[in-house]
Amino acid sequence: MSIVSVEKDFDNLSLILVADFDAPIERVWELWADPRQLERWWGPPSHPSTVEKHDLVAGGEVAYFMTGPGGETSRGWWRITSVDPPRSLEFTDGWASRDGTPHAQTPTTAVQVRLTARRGGTRMELHFVFASPEHMQQLERGGAFEVFPQSVGQMDALLAA
Amino acid sequence: MVVGELTDDEMDRLFHALADATRRDILRRCVRDEPSVSRLADDYPMSFAAVQKHVAVLERAGMVVKERHGREQLVHTDPDAVGRARRALDRLETAWRGRVDRMADLLAQVPHAEKSSPSTGHGA
Repeated sequence: MSIVSVEKDFDNLSLILVADFDAPIERVWELWADPRQLERWWGPPSHPSTVEKHDLVAGGEVAYFMTGPGGETSRGWWRITSVDPPRSLEFTDGWASRDGTPHAQTPTTAVQVRLTARRGGTRMELHFVFASPEHMQQLERGGAFEVFPQSVGQMDALLAA
Repeated sequence: MVVGELTDDEMDRLFHALADATRRDILRRCVRDEPSVSRLADDYPMSFAAVQKHVAVLERAGMVVKERHGREQLVHTDPDAVGRARRALDRLETAWRGRVDRMADLLAQVPHAEKSSPSTGHGA
């Protein structure tokens, strides 16, 4: 009911998804902007997610892990490109290895989120493009990932406590 | 993780192959046609060896197959591999359909305190 359309473009490896929600734009924005709400929808019920770091500013990062039924975890990260609350958010989404280091080889996805108030509710448009490993290397050279070992260390400390 | 049917190595090769604009262009042409490597080389501003390398990357990813035809090497797509890339997008779609459903559920659950007073939202 929420999803209005899904368009896939094989040539450009992109996907556009449009959904309408019966909630004010600020409320929909919170689903992205509040880490406690984000972790309630990001992972499927079989793989609940835990958001360890959530810095929603341009150049900032979100770090999370998902826990599978057998207790196995997979780590992921976002690198924020731009934020304009409550209307838009752009980030690159990728996977990391167990110690939090971003995978240099696995594909990343560039994600654009657009929210617009519409008929008392909110329209959410999501645009995904599979990005290149070259893009990933650029991010790495820019020092985008220094934070990961630190955040993983913090989490280990929490788990040990 | 995104593409459940592929091993990590296969997925790496697939996405590496598709990450380059020239390779995507070569792939598009091979879907429509069965060009020879030398004919492809004529059409790109790069050396024969460079085009051959691009074709080799696509070949390692299992997306195209080279076939010797007389003196020429013809390149055509492997429909299975193209299907795998499509399935990668399908997986992404499935994952996000689930996420959107969960977002809608959350929005329905959480009470809207600000809606309790009908007098708000007017004037200002």
